[in-house]
Amino acid sequence: MELAVGLLGLAVLLADLWIAPASRRILGWGAAAVLTCVLVFGLGSLAPQSGMGFSGLYVVDPLARFFKAFFLLSGVVVLLMTVEYADQLAVGLSEFFALTLFAVTGMLFAASANDLTMMFVSLELITVTFYVLNSFQRGKLASIEAGVKYLILGALASAFMVFGIALIFGSANTTQFSELALRQRELSGSRIFLTGLTLVLVGLGFKIAAFPFHGWAPDVYQGSPAPATALLAIGSKAAGFVLLLRLLFGAVPEITAEWHRLLGALAVLSLLYGSLCAIPQRSVKRLMGYSSIANAGYLLLGVAVVSPAGSVAVLYYLGAYCFAVLAVFTVLCVMMNSSDTDDMADFAGLGMRSPVLAGVMTLALASLAGVPPLAGFIGKFLILRAVIAAGATHPGYYGLAAVAVIGAVISLYYYFGIVRMMYWGGEPLERLAISVTPGAGIALLLCVAGIVYLGIAPNGLLQLSADAVAGIQPAAASAFKPTGH
Amino acid sequence: MLTFLILLPIITALVILAIPGHYRFVIRCVALLGTLETAIWAAVLFFRSVPGTPDFQFEQLVPWISAGGLHVNYHVGVDGISVGLVLAAAWVGFAATAISWDIERENKLFYILLMMMISGSLGAFASLDLFFFYFFNEMALVPTFIMIGVWGSGPDRQAAAFRITLYLTLGALVALVGLVALYAATGTLDVTELRRQLVDHPLPIKTQQRVFPCLLFGFGTLAGLWPFHSWAPQGYACAPAATAMMHAGILKKAGLLALLRVAWPFLPDAVAYWMPVLVWLCLGNLLFCGFVALRQRDLNLLIGNSSLAHMGFAFLGLASMNVIGLTGTVLVMVAHAFLAGLSFALTGWVRHQTGTVEMTRLGGLLRTMPFIGAAMILCFMAGCGVPGFANFAGELGVLFGVWKGTMFSLHAWVLAAAWGGLIIAGVYMMRAIRLVLHGELKPEWHEVSDANSGWRRLPFVALLVALVLFGVAPGILTRRIEPAVVEIVKMARHRAVPDSLVGATGAVQP
Repeated sequence: MELAVGLLGLAVLLADLWIAPASRRILGWGAAAVLTCVLVFGLGSLAPQSGMGFSGLYVVDPLARFFKAFFLLSGVVVLLMTVEYADQLAVGLSEFFALTLFAVTGMLFAASANDLTMMFVSLELITVTFYVLNSFQRGKLASIEAGVKYLILGALASAFMVFGIALIFGSANTTQFSELALRQRELSGSRIFLTGLTLVLVGLGFKIAAFPFHGWAPDVYQGSPAPATALLAIGSKAAGFVLLLRLLFGAVPEITAEWHRLLGALAVLSLLYGSLCAIPQRSVKRLMGYSSIANAGYLLLGVAVVSPAGSVAVLYYLGAYCFAVLAVFTVLCVMMNSSDTDDMADFAGLGMRSPVLAGVMTLALASLAGVPPLAGFIGKFLILRAVIAAGATHPGYYGLAAVAVIGAVISLYYYFGIVRMMYWGGEPLERLAISVTPGAGIALLLCVAGIVYLGIAPNGLLQLSADAVAGIQPAAASAFKPTGH
Repeated sequence: MLTFLILLPIITALVILAIPGHYRFVIRCVALLGTLETAIWAAVLFFRSVPGTPDFQFEQLVPWISAGGLHVNYHVGVDGISVGLVLAAAWVGFAATAISWDIERENKLFYILLMMMISGSLGAFASLDLFFFYFFNEMALVPTFIMIGVWGSGPDRQAAAFRITLYLTLGALVALVGLVALYAATGTLDVTELRRQLVDHPLPIKTQQRVFPCLLFGFGTLAGLWPFHSWAPQGYACAPAATAMMHAGILKKAGLLALLRVAWPFLPDAVAYWMPVLVWLCLGNLLFCGFVALRQRDLNLLIGNSSLAHMGFAFLGLASMNVIGLTGTVLVMVAHAFLAGLSFALTGWVRHQTGTVEMTRLGGLLRTMPFIGAAMILCFMAGCGVPGFANFAGELGVLFGVWKGTMFSLHAWVLAAAWGGLIIAGVYMMRAIRLVLHGELKPEWHEVSDANSGWRRLPFVALLVALVLFGVAPGILTRRIEPAVVEIVKMARHRAVPDSLVGATGAVQP
């Protein structure tokens, strides 16, 4: 499947030679269509049972399948978004498509990585493509700044990670998760091993934009082209989390259980930092950058409870987050076509100008803020439930729950700021309705359907997440029995 | 049947969604028809519900989430406590739609949001699963914020919208934490299931002590418990009339209902422990908000504060912990639903006709608006607890409850304070009547018109009829309420430990 997507990227590059510059959008449509086919047929053809490949480097299990579907879906939406955004990218539209596809390939590999080297290679594939994607608008200073910032910090994080992997290999003599899992007891005494693990976590912390490895997020989110930002917000974060889950619960669950305090602290700091800094932002993309830090905090809360319920919550939350963020960025793409900035003032009166766009944006923001009956609410509910349930053993978790609530109220405040701007923020700068192309229309429809469906009928995704988690956290099977019946 | 009732406004909203925005008249007709039908069905439901039984009626249960370790059902049903509230929600919803003829801008969106509010509040009252209770409650809250922001009036409506949003969200989230903690301890959020589990094995005191404050302050904020009330008067003053009617009249009761449904029967030890605190806080509602109302010049702010004072009565009844007090609370809740709906409908009319609700700028309006003026006098009479209106019956019940309950040695003082609250209510209501309706008619108000056609009068008459009906024959309600309340009191007295361990102020008679 990864090969199919990678080849598709190459094919797009080749096809570029024959297609006139004016009609290159068709490539995006084609790529999106093929990606959809890969999603439908590829996932269908994957054997339902788990399997390993490449001498244990590569694993196909429910967790991998969950994330592969996730990445392919976001890839499709991002491609459609790029078609909409094409006018803003002065040159190299087909390269943009190809790079997006390469990044998705990297994410697909990451979903199946069962080895530290595999993890590193897939992450590098993602990161290197983002170096280019982020600085794609060469004419814009902000975009170049974003690219450089991402390059320097990304390289630093990669260096940390490689060093960590070297230390782990030096002390454990293996890089495979499953072998690490067998030997974790003897390894947990080794300082070198623990240092290595910490350094790898630093690298992953960069990917998911968690405090204190978040420094790049606001600037890069603001400067990058909107589709690249969307892919960064969804794909990069989710890739970080799938690896985090695999490493922490698949390879070293016992050490993770001891580190729950550290993870909890990271979660709280990310949550508060992201939420508080988002309040004064005027640029919507920058605001989404801070909100992405805050959301990393929520997701880390789910990890920090070290329970299957928490991991299920993480997966569900990611699913809900994905649709909402994609919807926000698609609306942004459409908006930026007409105004070229993402300042909040541009949203003034959008409710009157184009009610549909404003409605979708409101829905997405409400879902992000966790308003029922939307997807985001179920995600937050699951996280909160996992945290409070964990509080029965460690009362410190009640504190985390309190922080989560405070974060949710703050987030409502800044998301609501945009909604307020759209509906009663004064007269719009232009009265003209904004036209929505079919591509963006399909993307928006997909996102809205996802947000509403996951909120009203959460059973399906919950079951998938539970299956996915059961693969790496076998305790899941027993813990899922309802208590008290 | 309940599901149908909850869905009716949603269906109406969908129909409205399909109508192009410039067919204003059609939209309004559809909205009116939908809410009228809802109101009629709610009345049918009310009179078909069997009095004298504590069981839930018209129950319906559909499994909703069963994966991933979650067990949530869509479970609706009414008992004597909620059936009155369902009726009130449907009637006030109809009246709110009927008085919204003056909405000029974006009226399609307005009616859709209003339908969502009605459906959400009906759903919240009928839900027996607390997850769905929360779900419906939020579904009704979100439109409130948007409606205040878009159609609100007054210079600080944006601040009011923000404030009400943040307060209520924080309250709802705190309550949600409490509910989730309850879920973590018991594995279910279904009221009937909780009752079955906890009737013999009450929760450990430690768990109760953790859950209860979350519920009390969370739902308390939603219901306007002092000192978490300051969002209310400002929010209502800026809201369009229909929103204020629905929120002050109906939605605020959802928090109280949840306390009555969940906190009192399932967390009895914590309730006993927190009782003194609750009593002081509701005295804050009764006296503090009463005094604040006394000094208002804006009619809407006055009514907002007085509605908080009424909430004080409801909380006081909750604190009394005996059958008559709790019955009184439910009566106050239902009566106040109609009363608040009527008050805000009337001030909405005055604001529309004169463009202001500053009491000092008004005066002598009884001469130009005999019908509205008369309705307002009746309404204010009901507000200060004159016999013959439903509020009197409820407040009397609460006062008896306080007297009977050995709340703690202070009960005579509490009673005196509550009585003082009634006096204060009398004073500010009389003052409002004098300023707005009596006195000299200012020249600029010679042209204002009354509600002349029967059609315009209908919503006011409907609400007044309900107030008088339940005032003259409160038995219709109490026969339904009492058995359900008896059940709650029984559970509330079933404590995990003897009183002596909870503290010297243990509130319940054994």
